[in-house]
Amino acid sequence: MKSDVILLGHGSGGKLSHQLLDDIIIPALSGVATRDQNDSAILPAVSGELAFTTDSYVVDPIFFPGGCIGDLAINGTVNDLAMAGAKPLAISVGLIMEEGLPVSDLQEILAAMRTAADKAGVNIVTGDTKVVPHGKADKIFINTAGIGVVRNGIAVSGSGARPGDKVLINGTVGDHGMAVLASREGLELESDIRSDCAELHSLVEVILEAGGDNVHVLRDPTRGGVATTLKEICAQSEVDIELTETDIPVRENVGGACAILGLDPLFVANEGKLLAIVTEDVTDKILTVMRSHETGREAAIIGTVVGTGEGKLSLQTAIGGRRSIEMLAGEQLPRIC
Amino acid sequence: MKLTTPFRDPELARAQLSLIQQIVADYDGTMTLMEVCGTHTMAIYQHGIRALLPEKIRLISGPGCPVCVTPVDYVDHAVALARRAGTIITTFGDMIRVPGSSSSLIREQATGAQVKIVYSPLDAVAIAENNPESEVVFLGVGFETTTPTIAGAVLTAAQKGLKNFSVLTSHKTMPAPMAALISDPELQVDGYICPAHVSAIIGSDAYKPLVDTYKVAAVITGFEPLDMLQGIAMLAKQIVSGEAKVETQYRRVVKPEGNQKAREILYKVFQPCSARWRGIGDIPDSGLELRPEYSAFNAATKLPVEVEEPREHAGCLCGEILKGKVRPTDCKLFKTVCTPEDPVGACMVSSEGTCAAEYKYG
Repeated sequence: MKSDVILLGHGSGGKLSHQLLDDIIIPALSGVATRDQNDSAILPAVSGELAFTTDSYVVDPIFFPGGCIGDLAINGTVNDLAMAGAKPLAISVGLIMEEGLPVSDLQEILAAMRTAADKAGVNIVTGDTKVVPHGKADKIFINTAGIGVVRNGIAVSGSGARPGDKVLINGTVGDHGMAVLASREGLELESDIRSDCAELHSLVEVILEAGGDNVHVLRDPTRGGVATTLKEICAQSEVDIELTETDIPVRENVGGACAILGLDPLFVANEGKLLAIVTEDVTDKILTVMRSHETGREAAIIGTVVGTGEGKLSLQTAIGGRRSIEMLAGEQLPRIC
Repeated sequence: MKLTTPFRDPELARAQLSLIQQIVADYDGTMTLMEVCGTHTMAIYQHGIRALLPEKIRLISGPGCPVCVTPVDYVDHAVALARRAGTIITTFGDMIRVPGSSSSLIREQATGAQVKIVYSPLDAVAIAENNPESEVVFLGVGFETTTPTIAGAVLTAAQKGLKNFSVLTSHKTMPAPMAALISDPELQVDGYICPAHVSAIIGSDAYKPLVDTYKVAAVITGFEPLDMLQGIAMLAKQIVSGEAKVETQYRRVVKPEGNQKAREILYKVFQPCSARWRGIGDIPDSGLELRPEYSAFNAATKLPVEVEEPREHAGCLCGEILKGKVRPTDCKLFKTVCTPEDPVGACMVSSEGTCAAEYKYG
């Protein structure tokens, strides 16, 4: 391809579009992307229930410590499937690019998508490319949709939490949101905070293997963070949950950056974290398998479902106080995923 | 470096709490402590401090959130400027959601006005430099913690000879409103939890006249839970022993003389003026305006616009809440009509607002 930046013509469907596909997109995704350029991908029949999800990614900046919009777009959709107890089968990718995007940036993003898809063992089977005039989008937006097959006998759901269950998380909270915020233009916050962006499908696999139907809820606390996700679960399951602040893993640099900016890490987004709500008797077993998995080394039990009720989420603070937690209303930090 | 955890140690907290219990054990009646900094308000809720204290200690929130104390006519003025052709409004984040009489900056932004959130006033100067055809207005709100940086931005713009940068000022200072509130018989404040970072600039000596005149206990306190518990213990001790003096708990940051360099820059560009506080009204010498030699940077005089007649929402108790007279839960609008996603009053908007804190953590 001649141009080193994306031009309007690259989204026209004509010659330039084909050049972009043949020279850049398909080679970058090859191995996981289909070479047949038909209007639809045809997937083999599978037995079992299907999970289907979609998400759009508009993160700013598009590259941040620990990841970029490319792996974020794959991992986000893979994780949404995983949280339904589904094994990801196929993913679609829609790229909306702003005219003038450096082709090298696109290549880097595509390479990250390929690596993430390989890691999650999922195929990118179909896609679309559009280009909008300069100023009409911000560099690149990505939509992904994914299909997965739900494992037999698994019925995890936000409404599954039961009194006595324990709440587990696979590591530190708030890393992604603070990594993105710290790398924003205009915020001169020097730090080594890295996004936790990761696929969670393989971790879910070991959790479900260890816990089976004793795993009641799986959720990834992305936008709105752990607090918002747990509050949703409280409402869906009609239970009260109590968290213990000192048990919630927060990296020192994330906690510090939050303190400086007046944010609460519990409300900050994660992209490689899951909350598992499981029966008490399998808690230790699940914690052990989580901790021996790459994305669960810092797993911890952070709370307990204390009873059926109005859906109250409360926190025992480090100094022994108690406070209730409400859902985040507006965006704490816009455009973090 | 450990930034927060040492200041949240559970055992030290328990020790501090039993010390507070001991101090007030023989005290007759209730002591009322007022914090006048939004970050303290948030910390009290965030760490669940209120419930840990003996019943004899009552915490009330004062006018310490810069966004909350900014009167509605200022928001209306900013909205009018946002509608002015060729104008870019630059502001700290919270301001954009504060409701004016009939609009807000976020609403103007959605319908085409150029409103940019900046993290430093110097970013606003850079935006002015990069957009020579536009007039860039920075919304100057806040206390002595932020005002020196805005003074620095004005000096930078002057050095660069920028003609398209101006500030719409609504700066406030401490401790003037603390004196105004202490003379309110309805409140009966026994002690002030004095702001931490404002005091880093103005110094602990700045509170001496207040303490000497009104015989009120005052302790400059940090924001972490252990800071707060220690500050409350120090206040309780003063009150129990009938003392009234300025003490500094937050010694790792605050000095008696404050930050002279920051004040030098501040007073090079600004001078004291009377200021209007939402809910309290006009307080002499409680604000800062640009000195005449920097009037070229005064958006209010440089860019004449028509500002609508200010109108506060009927039933909104922001004003009473800012004076510490009522709690958010006393307001009929709280959590019904007024929510963070659709705020009626400024106290529900700012992350430091009492209503936002009560809503989020209450």
